Amino acid sequence: MLQKIRNIFELGKKEIWSILRDPMMVILIIYSFTAQVCITASTDKGTVRDAAVAVVDEDQSPLSHRMIDAILPPYFTRPEYIDPAILDDKMDHGRYTFAIVIPSNFQRDLLAGSKPEIQINVDATRMSQAFLGNGYIEQIIRNEADTFLQEASKKGAPQVEVVIRNKYNQNLVASWFSAINDIISNVTMLAIIMTGAAIIRERERSTLEHLLVMPVTSFEIMVSKIWSMALIVAIATLFSLIFVIRWFLGIPIGGSFALLTLGILCHLFAVTNMGILLACFAKSMPQLGLLMILVLMPMQMLSGGDTPFENMPVAVQYIMQVAPTTHFVAFSQLIMFKGAGFSIVWVPLAKMVAIGAAMFFVSLARFRKSVAS
Amino acid sequence: MDIPRNDIAVSFHDLTLSYGKKLALKGVSLDIKSRQLVGLIGPDGVGKSTLLSLITGAHAMQGGELMVLGGDMRSKAHRNKVCPMIAYMPQGLGKNLYFTLTVEENLQYFARLFGQDAAERRARIDRLTKSTGLYRFLDRPAGKLSGGMKQKLGLCCSLIHDPDLLVLDEPTTGVDPLARRQFWDLVDSIQKERPNLTVIVATAYMDEAQRFDWLIAMDDGKILGTGTSKEILDRTGCADLDSAFIQLLPEEKRSGHKTLVVPPLEKGDGSTAIEAIGLTKRFGDFTAVDHVSFKIPKGEIFGFLGSNGCGKSTTMKMLTGLLPVTDGEVYLFGKKIAGGDIETRKKLGYMTQMFSLYNELTVRQNLELYARLYAIPEDDVANAVDAMIDRFGLREHEFALPSDLPLGIKQRLSLAAAVIHRPQILILDEPTSGVDPVARDVFWEMIIELSRNDKVTIFITTHFMNEAERCDRISLMHAGKSLACDSPARLVEERKADTLEEAFISYLMEADATATEAKEAAAVQETAVKEEKPRNAFVKWLAKYFDLRRWYSCCWRETLELSRDRICTTLAMFGAVILLFVIAFGISMDVDDIKFAVLDHDQTIASVNYVHNIRGSRYFLEQPDIVDHDDMDERMRRGDVAMVVEIPPDFSKNLERGAKTEVMFWVDGADTSRAETINNYAEAMHAKWMANYANTHPEFGSAGQFDIQTRYRYNPDVLSLPAMAPGAIALLLMMIPAVLSALSVVREKEQGSITNLYVTPLTRSEFMLGKQTPYVVVSLISATLLVLITAFLFNVPVKGNVLTLALGLLIYCILSTGFGMLASSVTRSQIAVIFLTMIATLVPATQMCGLISPVESQQGLARLIGSIHPTTYMLLVSKGSFNKALGFFDLWPMLLTMLIEVPFLLGASILLQKKQES
Repeated sequence: MLQKIRNIFELGKKEIWSILRDPMMVILIIYSFTAQVCITASTDKGTVRDAAVAVVDEDQSPLSHRMIDAILPPYFTRPEYIDPAILDDKMDHGRYTFAIVIPSNFQRDLLAGSKPEIQINVDATRMSQAFLGNGYIEQIIRNEADTFLQEASKKGAPQVEVVIRNKYNQNLVASWFSAINDIISNVTMLAIIMTGAAIIRERERSTLEHLLVMPVTSFEIMVSKIWSMALIVAIATLFSLIFVIRWFLGIPIGGSFALLTLGILCHLFAVTNMGILLACFAKSMPQLGLLMILVLMPMQMLSGGDTPFENMPVAVQYIMQVAPTTHFVAFSQLIMFKGAGFSIVWVPLAKMVAIGAAMFFVSLARFRKSVAS
Repeated sequence: MDIPRNDIAVSFHDLTLSYGKKLALKGVSLDIKSRQLVGLIGPDGVGKSTLLSLITGAHAMQGGELMVLGGDMRSKAHRNKVCPMIAYMPQGLGKNLYFTLTVEENLQYFARLFGQDAAERRARIDRLTKSTGLYRFLDRPAGKLSGGMKQKLGLCCSLIHDPDLLVLDEPTTGVDPLARRQFWDLVDSIQKERPNLTVIVATAYMDEAQRFDWLIAMDDGKILGTGTSKEILDRTGCADLDSAFIQLLPEEKRSGHKTLVVPPLEKGDGSTAIEAIGLTKRFGDFTAVDHVSFKIPKGEIFGFLGSNGCGKSTTMKMLTGLLPVTDGEVYLFGKKIAGGDIETRKKLGYMTQMFSLYNELTVRQNLELYARLYAIPEDDVANAVDAMIDRFGLREHEFALPSDLPLGIKQRLSLAAAVIHRPQILILDEPTSGVDPVARDVFWEMIIELSRNDKVTIFITTHFMNEAERCDRISLMHAGKSLACDSPARLVEERKADTLEEAFISYLMEADATATEAKEAAAVQETAVKEEKPRNAFVKWLAKYFDLRRWYSCCWRETLELSRDRICTTLAMFGAVILLFVIAFGISMDVDDIKFAVLDHDQTIASVNYVHNIRGSRYFLEQPDIVDHDDMDERMRRGDVAMVVEIPPDFSKNLERGAKTEVMFWVDGADTSRAETINNYAEAMHAKWMANYANTHPEFGSAGQFDIQTRYRYNPDVLSLPAMAPGAIALLLMMIPAVLSALSVVREKEQGSITNLYVTPLTRSEFMLGKQTPYVVVSLISATLLVLITAFLFNVPVKGNVLTLALGLLIYCILSTGFGMLASSVTRSQIAVIFLTMIATLVPATQMCGLISPVESQQGLARLIGSIHPTTYMLLVSKGSFNKALGFFDLWPMLLTMLIEVPFLLGASILLQKKQES
């Protein structure tokens, strides 16, 4: 038993050396957990920001000017007045996401009660901005019309106001979400690539074959890869959370840090096992690379980090229960934003561990065979 | 070609070279005459290989002067000129070969690189393979050849183009005696046909050195002496070169060396260590080992001899339990071998034919690792490691990485690792291949000691006859069968031969027809050397940098390799299709089925009416009512509800009175984009309710009503699919091609076949573009599939111009594979290159290039990356063509931008790729 632990420790130490002796790999790990996190934190993830707006104002009335002036950054760029003749062309080229057309005599018709019509053209190929931005513009226009009418004492309205409270992230600062999401995807990507490739490399250089002649079991080899790779990624992740996310980007992390660390470890257990499983099926490094893309991409996109999980087709939601990322995204939102305690987060944690363990046993059964072939 | 008719082929003066701090060549000077067979002898790691790699131009020069074939090797122009005249076979088993290609294809590739036409290639390949006994194996993949056969193939590859200077670095390491004889006959006959040919060989076989015209003895980065073998023998006063070589060494290295005596095997307790009964292994219909039986008593040194590829290594793998046996039984110490038996493995020491220790660990770290894995107590580890380091002369390399060490030293390290735990059975697969005579004797000394003193049973394969003679018994194997098994002396007697080698060869000749083939080979007619077709000056000038034929041969080889890997090709073509389905059906940007619950403090008709307004929407899904704020916190934290509507007490009273009242919407802000959508919906629902209320209550009047009509252009139904699919095409065609092409280059770096770039006339641009081309084609096939599926299966037809889209995709595929090429030229390991390409493609392409939100919305560095990344422009082309009916005249600026990026990307990747080792 003691010898088993010693073997696992020694083999793992070797893995850490092999990463440290690859300068490119060290640079890439550092980059992906520092600079890249900062860059992606500043990227826009489908929230409306600086959307380009064009206006065709055929009314030229105080009201129309008021409406147009109310369209402001940061959501929108200052609207540009354009000629209706070139509107289509400009939209075709993606110059504007929104084009508002205010018909002539809009203000007069409005006051006369003859229901005029404002048209908003939306470039629907920009899915995320299209919906939200359109909503904002409608709101702005209605608000301006309401205040205008009230000032002109032409209209009374019920005195009901709506107050929206966004819990956990009142101002909906997107960088919180994207920065943490980026770390999650880094963790997943790196852990799978490193463990998977470590096994394929040993197989290609026939060092694995040599190990299996020695008093070392497949179990020990697999566990050694899991702990060493998980350790490297865990250190990078914690570093990134403490220094980059919290300190440099100033993003508050709610909830227990210890619990978050535990979650990261559970996730690492699951994804490192996934790397091993992929390596058991791939025969060469290119095959592994392709398999990895085929698994990683859907896992990232469908785990709920990029788009809300509830919106996916039910079948996809069920399938994605097998992916550890789904549970990790849920877990990290619970911890980081909602400050949830162990009584709530143990469910995703248990699921991640279960998924990891299942993959571990499948790989264990295939491991020796995949080396001998 | 015209070669300066002077008599000096290679001349160097004060040549130095260092690897980091270590000085490998300490200012050597020498003239090597042409038309000779020159032997380079010396212990391992004294700079032989370094010298040879400088002479061939594979390694960049550092200090001193070097003239090869009448020109200065520091000049790039001269290197390019003489490169086709030099052939180089690097050290190591099949280092310059492509393992998935067959023997024939490997040879074809090299022949094509030198611009030979089909008939000439055929003739040369037949001649070379017949004379080396590879003719029967033309269709076998190089990876499936035995070690010795790989060496032969490597040699054939370097001889394919009639070089003027042939440089062989330990070419016969691991080659069986018969094949070695054939091999040297081949070199002789080539030299007869081409009297201009100069051959420089580094070798560890002293019997081979005997036949060389001139010998150079090296030690410790310096030249000890030169002369013909007779001169050297006279000078040292020795009878054979083996001992002469030892005599030449400085005093301290010689010390302790004595002629080995093998004490006779004492009768032990008669117990059997290894027993094989009817051992058989079949791979498909090929029988690698055919009913082999032997019984080895404890403490015996049992030699296993045989021609290359006769099943020796396979037998060993079965003994170690690595390969399951097809038929028959193996017993170690009377116990039947089982794959998972840890106890048996502890008693076993094993050394593979290929170096199989860790290149990432230093020599010392490797030994420590093995010591611990073999359960040596922690206190003894340092001692055991030190003992091995001293015993095998590894002290000066203690902290070096194996990848920087010459083959001989690596072999010693492997040996040390195999015996560090004092095993009871040692299984050694050609342990002394590539090891110098002194080190070999040291090794055998140890073997003998282990066997005689510690009663260790040793199972060894070798191609050195003097080593075979030291075995207690040897088994001769051929084509999977055991021909004879007895003591060396008895075998010689039985065959009535003078030496063991003769006996061995006579056994082989009897069993095999290879020898006759070799004779036939001599009769094969030499092909007439074709006159080169006259080419105009421009074509000649261009050919220096880019030769279409060489480009094509590179392309052809890559295509073959790719097509060998069926799984890979399939995934490369259809992987993107699978992902397209995932993206198209899995991702939806619209938010619906938002789980909401109500906290109604009012409980009146008006408040119920307000809630009813929300309940009716398809976007919302009502959950059981909330009881209080604690309940809300709890349920929102769990994610059971995403939005809570809180209606204040006195809502309806205030409403009727016209007094101010507030409805509160609590939204789960953890997912920002979803939260924003919910905010939006909430506002809209509220506005709708307000308008309704005003309409139904006449006191608010009818003035001031207007409509806002929203026209969703290009995708009127606001479906996710038409918006996502064209974007997904751009995304997918970036990642997969980039990873594939990047790996194709870095694989060669890891496996060593990159040497071919260093030593053949292949230029960097031919190499890189040749490798890239097949991947561009594969990506285009994949692109076509994606477009067809989007258009016909998803019903998102191309509204714009199909040809424009096709042109865009072509440029884009060149760019994405180019990305991979660029990544490959700056990395060395496959792990790093996969990671690098993922980072450089996946993150920018999904987040910064306008897939989700436009580049204009990005800030800072993300904006900069987004505005130069080709995916940005491909997205515009793809969305423009699919959704917006844009044609060439609308999209040409994007196409042009991508086109401009092509030479930059390819140029950078070619320039960053090194043409010489440094």
